[in-house]
Amino acid sequence: MPYTHFDHISDIGIRSEAPTLEGAFEDGVRAMLDVMFELDTIEEKVSVEITAGANDVEALFVEVLNEVLSVQGRDELALRSIETGEIKRTEGGFTFRGTARGEKIDLEKHGVKTEVKGATYSALKYERVDGMHVLQCVLDV
Amino acid sequence: MTSTVEVKKVSDYLWEIPRTGDMRVPGRIYADRETITPLIEEMDKKKAGGFTPALVQVINVASLPGIEKASLAMADIHPGYGFAIGGVGAFDLDTGVISVAGVGFDINCGVRVLKTPLNKNDVEPKKVELANQLFRDVPAGVGSTGEIRLKEHEIDELLVKGSAFIVERGYGTQEDLEYTEEEGSVAGAKPENVSHRAKERQFKQVGTLGSGNHYLEVQYVEEVYDEKAAGVYGIHEGQVLIAIHCGSRALGHQIGTDYLKILEAASRRYGIPIRERELVCAPINSPEGRQYLSAVNCGINCAFANRQAISHLARQAFARIMGIAPAEIRLLYDVAHNTCKLETHDVDGETKKLLVHRKGATRAFGPGRVEIPARYRPVGQPLLVGGTMGTASYILRGTEKGMADCFGSAVHGAGRALSRMQAKRTWRGTELIKELEGKGIIIRSRSKSGVAEEAPGAYKDVDRVVEIMHRAGVNQKVARVRPLVCVKG
Repeated sequence: MPYTHFDHISDIGIRSEAPTLEGAFEDGVRAMLDVMFELDTIEEKVSVEITAGANDVEALFVEVLNEVLSVQGRDELALRSIETGEIKRTEGGFTFRGTARGEKIDLEKHGVKTEVKGATYSALKYERVDGMHVLQCVLDV
Repeated sequence: MTSTVEVKKVSDYLWEIPRTGDMRVPGRIYADRETITPLIEEMDKKKAGGFTPALVQVINVASLPGIEKASLAMADIHPGYGFAIGGVGAFDLDTGVISVAGVGFDINCGVRVLKTPLNKNDVEPKKVELANQLFRDVPAGVGSTGEIRLKEHEIDELLVKGSAFIVERGYGTQEDLEYTEEEGSVAGAKPENVSHRAKERQFKQVGTLGSGNHYLEVQYVEEVYDEKAAGVYGIHEGQVLIAIHCGSRALGHQIGTDYLKILEAASRRYGIPIRERELVCAPINSPEGRQYLSAVNCGINCAFANRQAISHLARQAFARIMGIAPAEIRLLYDVAHNTCKLETHDVDGETKKLLVHRKGATRAFGPGRVEIPARYRPVGQPLLVGGTMGTASYILRGTEKGMADCFGSAVHGAGRALSRMQAKRTWRGTELIKELEGKGIIIRSRSKSGVAEEAPGAYKDVDRVVEIMHRAGVNQKVARVRPLVCVKG
């Protein structure tokens, strides 16, 4: 499965698994959006750029998730997916550049579920398992 | 019972983890035998669903520099991020630290309760209309935006003024400020220490409820336990109240996220051992520590402003449906759950100024404290403990024993017993709504899965949690309230 949700006593965890790191980021973002919306009710009519930077891959994952939330809220969007443009190693750590897709939020059209306040460092992990890239963290809802 | 870590009984409602190893103070947990047992088991198995057990978090906090007296756990304790939820830690200003985990991401998540001149019998025939009006008027849930749209230059003013920003624009009264903790505005807020991204997310969220466990409830007083305190507070049996539970929304969360990185670097720079990534901290008396505290103060004020704005909307809805004047709805009190605050306390006979972190715990100042409204000083401040939408909430008061034993602190709610996913597997939102309606409680929410996540059965027994604190003597029950209407995100 590209992504799953796992139990946390008061919030919700997300885990993504993909053959590439870029794919793991994409699925991780989708896992978060799946907590907030019935994704099938969102069309991809609008694109927004998502950029982030951090010291390590784990922190980059949290940064990307929070940037998606930030842009979504700022532009009043319902996002459905993200496509990774590039994850680059730099002197300071890592940077991410990608494109998120969705449309203007419509509370009548879009099945809304649970609001996510942000991604946390709780249970934050990046690991390679059987050749797959696995990312996980807990979302504060 | 045996355990790998000693947990000894101090009294029927107080347990202690004695100082050992790196701990600078003992851990003290308000619990009875039934509630301490699963906490100990969780610690012994070294797991709480894969997360750090709550008692281990109590021990971790006890090991932080400058902590005074004890690392405290209120009766609703459960695992959190770094600090357990229901955790309290007070620190010396010169030798102590400030921690993101001790504040939480939802800075000043809290509860305010308003008193109406109505009784249950007045509201019953109109509660469906009232529920619908509140649901229309109070923005809640994913994608909701508020009536008050801020321009960029206004957000800084709101972060300094808090509730006063909203009242000055005609959405409240001077009395609302007097009956809010910190009078709705804590000093020392510096908006320049809050990132643009954090502020950006608040522009359209002023006066929105959020989702998760946030709500607006119409309640009635079912039983009064302390007639004297109830009289001072102006509440009586049958009276209809309005409770608003929400916080600083995305702004507070972004402050937490921003400062986790800054304090992680600070922890290394100042040689503070990082026990959990989220328990990073900085000396209070350091540039990073001062910067973070000033940002927390902005988050605190933001949440007060939100609850003030929502109060206005609730008053308008009541005026429309119930035909009363908005001014007839008066504020009982507004308390914060997730904060760190500069407070004066007695420590071993010495009066000290401390930085008190309360994570999922409420301030509960006792009689005589100057920080609480003059009218409440004879009996102590009220505090509002939210239960679940199907059960009950409580109004408690602070006591002198609470001041002496736990820095004037209290529980904030029942605490979860089941995870959100477990709750969704067990209950269906639409069925739950029907079931509660059958019991006379009208639920309104855009998200049915959100309702399932907040099922009453997913929470611990609020009656028990409150009883433990009451019998420990650190808080006292004043009244039990029951829901009539619950609006959720």
